[in-house]
Amino acid sequence: MKITRRAEFSASHSCSNPALPAAENRAIYGEAANPHGHGHNYLLEVTLDGMPDPVTGMVMDLKRLKEVMEEEVIAPMDHRFLNHEVPPFDRVVPTAENLAMEIWRRLEPRLRTPNARLDSVRIYETEDLWVEYRGEGGR
Amino acid sequence: MVRVGKRYRFSASHRLHSPALSAGENRELYGKCNNPYGHGHDYLLEVVVSGVPDAVTGLVAPLRRLDEYVRREVISEFDHKYMNEEIEAFRDLPPTTENVARVVWERLARGWRAALPAGVSLDSVRIHETRRNIVELGGDMKEAVTG
Repeated sequence: MKITRRAEFSASHSCSNPALPAAENRAIYGEAANPHGHGHNYLLEVTLDGMPDPVTGMVMDLKRLKEVMEEEVIAPMDHRFLNHEVPPFDRVVPTAENLAMEIWRRLEPRLRTPNARLDSVRIYETEDLWVEYRGEGGR
Repeated sequence: MVRVGKRYRFSASHRLHSPALSAGENRELYGKCNNPYGHGHDYLLEVVVSGVPDAVTGLVAPLRRLDEYVRREVISEFDHKYMNEEIEAFRDLPPTTENVARVVWERLARGWRAALPAGVSLDSVRIHETRRNIVELGGDMKEAVTG
């Protein structure tokens, strides 16, 4: 059984790789390469896969899941400039792809329980663009 | 592997009518959707691609190339059209959401390799006919369409 919890955070980013010349960054990322950055209202969907505990009837206490998402993602990223304030995005371009993978790395170790595991991390950068990561072995 | 979903919109009209059935059977099967003058929807198309993000750019695919391709192959052909009359594939095929998804998939699949970089796969296609009606094609169903 899968359960999903959503959370929102707002952050700014600039998509450019310091190893590339400015013109090339502009060609790859377009307006998103503006060094001053720009922002999004990110919507995060975290899905767990597991069986409900026979006593509690829950795959995971959603309050617990909310706390982990808050500690690992919302508190460090909300109202931040990702490139300047949230490692590893001082070294890694904060594309939605890299953001989804980083959020997976932060959440996965904290969401392992005897009857549940992290199934997917989906990030909506806008209503019309989302990215999903399901781990190294994920399809 | 990472999946990226991108949404596009088009507005089109259609009439659900199967040439294999009688007028009465069509009326019985499709109800209001069989009205002879047709009717329209604001369709929402979600194209899902998959791949490994490039080590330098951090991107699975250059979205501008995907946008150009989807607009050329699908949106420009479907937007503000009467599908039954103006899209060849629906001359003898009822443009149900299932068949729209199938035709969109075929259009995207046929020139995919030339249009998108190697390593970027077409994962699935979702069509929202209305907010309450959604059809998805991909995964195991892909083979059924592309042979």
